[in-house]
Amino acid sequence: MKKLSFAEAVESCLMQKMAEDHSVFIMGEDVQMMRLNILARFGKNRVINTPISEAAFTGAAIAAAMSGLRPVVEVMLVDFIGVAADSFLNNASKLFDFSGGKWNAPVVYRCACGGGYGDGGQHEQSLWGWLAHIPGISVVVPSNPIDAGGLLYAAIEHDHPVFFLEHKLLAQNWLEYMGIGGRSTVQFDVPEDGAWGEVPKKWTPIPLGKLNVVREGKDITLISVGVGVHRCVEAASKLEEVSISAEILDLRSISPLDIENILQSVRKTGAVIIVDEDYKEFGLSGEIAAILAENQIEFKYGRVCTEKTIPFNRESEDETLPNVARIIHMVKKVVS
Amino acid sequence: MKKKDKKIDIAFYSKMYQLMYRSRKFEEIVMQLWHEGTIFGEMHMSVGEEAIHASIIKNLEDGDAIAVDHRGTAPFFMRGIDPISLLLEFIGHKDGLCSGQGGHMHLFSREHNMTSSGIVGATGSTAMGFALSHKYKNNKNIAVALFGEGAINQGMLLESFNMTSALELPVLFVCKDNNWAITTQSDSVTGGVLLDRAQGFGIAGEKINGLDFQESFSRIGYAIKTIRKTGKPYFIHATCVHREGHFLGDQLIALHRTTGKILGDLVGSLTKSLFKLKGGLVGERGESLGHILKIMTSSKHQLKSSVDPLVIAKKMLKNQGADVLSVEKKADQEIDQILKQTLQIIQGGNQL
Ligand SMILES: Cc1ncc(C[n+]2csc(CCOP(=O)(O)OP(=O)(O)O)c2C)c(N)n1
Ligand SMILES: [Mg+2]
Repeated sequence: MKKLSFAEAVESCLMQKMAEDHSVFIMGEDVQMMRLNILARFGKNRVINTPISEAAFTGAAIAAAMSGLRPVVEVMLVDFIGVAADSFLNNASKLFDFSGGKWNAPVVYRCACGGGYGDGGQHEQSLWGWLAHIPGISVVVPSNPIDAGGLLYAAIEHDHPVFFLEHKLLAQNWLEYMGIGGRSTVQFDVPEDGAWGEVPKKWTPIPLGKLNVVREGKDITLISVGVGVHRCVEAASKLEEVSISAEILDLRSISPLDIENILQSVRKTGAVIIVDEDYKEFGLSGEIAAILAENQIEFKYGRVCTEKTIPFNRESEDETLPNVARIIHMVKKVVS
Repeated sequence: MKKKDKKIDIAFYSKMYQLMYRSRKFEEIVMQLWHEGTIFGEMHMSVGEEAIHASIIKNLEDGDAIAVDHRGTAPFFMRGIDPISLLLEFIGHKDGLCSGQGGHMHLFSREHNMTSSGIVGATGSTAMGFALSHKYKNNKNIAVALFGEGAINQGMLLESFNMTSALELPVLFVCKDNNWAITTQSDSVTGGVLLDRAQGFGIAGEKINGLDFQESFSRIGYAIKTIRKTGKPYFIHATCVHREGHFLGDQLIALHRTTGKILGDLVGSLTKSLFKLKGGLVGERGESLGHILKIMTSSKHQLKSSVDPLVIAKKMLKNQGADVLSVEKKADQEIDQILKQTLQIIQGGNQL
């Protein structure tokens, strides 16, 4: 084991995979300078700089994948996928079904996501629920370095389209780039255990669709992904002081969703709170409630989500994104 | 087009210079507040684009619309939007232009028909929509779309080229070309000649030196007159530089300003990757290194004073005997005052 940052873990996994499999290449805006180490080692043919033409290159990656390559396409921030919606909405996601299961596209879309560093509502969205809404694509959201590497490894090996979302408060290179800019005058609430961690010397895949029980508890289940998991951990240790024992599930992948283990936990605790940095309406938090209801489980329920456009003002931004105080407040409301 | 030797209207061009200079000084405050951490997030400057913006603004009339990209400070400031409300917006204050909700990349002024978007390429369709409305209402107003040369490879912008041409809509497309899109040299990912693109869609256009305020003013003035007369779009391809790089804190600029540290860290990590087993051939690795060095060295020219539109303008005015210093002094006082008042408001503690 060695200690790496989240960003280093992703990069080291990607390099290992590129060394093992010549069909893996990366493509996207600025990738040559943003991924200098990969460029230095693998050369320009496997690190392809694109123009700012997301609709074109995210779509092209699908056909490249259909003909045997394994593209890892970077769409800087997930917010920008908006201009390329056709690629995942009507192209990548439909191929396997339309072809009667005879043709598939193993493409990975790698995007930074999430807020908490003052970049406003066009650069800080999460959007995983929006993506996972569409059948035919997987969406993974790692919360720490070891999961980031393992899930990326699995995503590249997966035979169908996968969105791999890296939260900017965890991926230190993105935070430095978008939020810090070399300054020592700004500080952000970066979860230490998410941004840094032990990773294996050699990467192996972590299967998509398997959640991680971060903490066991008996009174309530907290379900989250990405930075939200760390907010839950902080909330849970405070709740312990008032004798509330919280179980925390890190979904790791939104789609496929580990329904089995969600059911098992909520059956045990009888209460659940979804902590989702994505929008509240028509998303992950409602989906989980529906699944629990469909399975005839009796449960108390609450959710802590982003409920509006993320404001630029830092204090309102912190209020808008799920935070520890909101989680604690919701837990107390639900269990009382 | 350049008539350097001809006598020019000193009073008029002094006013232009004043506008450019005020904008530059205003952005220097922005830089200061950003470095102090009072402004959060990213900060894209208009520094180096002043001649282009002043030329547009000086040729616009009330009711004309402007769709601005992520470099909104100069166009909003020059159009006459309260500078204190702009600064407060950049800080995220409730009394900011957009109540602290948008920040510098998402500025909107309904009274001025001015919008922004941080989504590259979005300004084409926005300007087209304003133009459509102008035409619908049968007024003589136009709409301006501001964007970089990087944005010109974005589908929605090219779609607006076609549609404004086919529907005959009064849009001025202004491509501010610094040949950089963050760390990418745009000519390495752009096919053909930009002017040919516009002309291919049936849009008249020309390439101008956007660092030169006289040339910019006269050519952009001509473009706007033509649009008002014909009701059809026009394309201006204006070269410029970004003296602060892509955004404040840009490593490619910091590299040339600070010595050692950044380069040292980089070389250390690159050397490790270069010599890792398994990967590209030796030749490919060498080529990568060459590419990285080229990017690092070619960013330097933006810092030269010979490509600063203010330096160029000032030199020209001085040669013509204009009293540039008193213009500057007055502007310095004004901007000082803006900063003082803004700080008072913030320290007054009525932040959100
Ligand atoms: C759709 C979209 N893709 C990518 C980005 C990230 N991005 C922000 S600015 C920029 C470069 C823009 O280059 P250019 O249009 O030349 O403008 P400049 O920054 O040089 O003024 C990029 C890629 C974005 N904001 N929106
Ligand atoms: Mg540019």
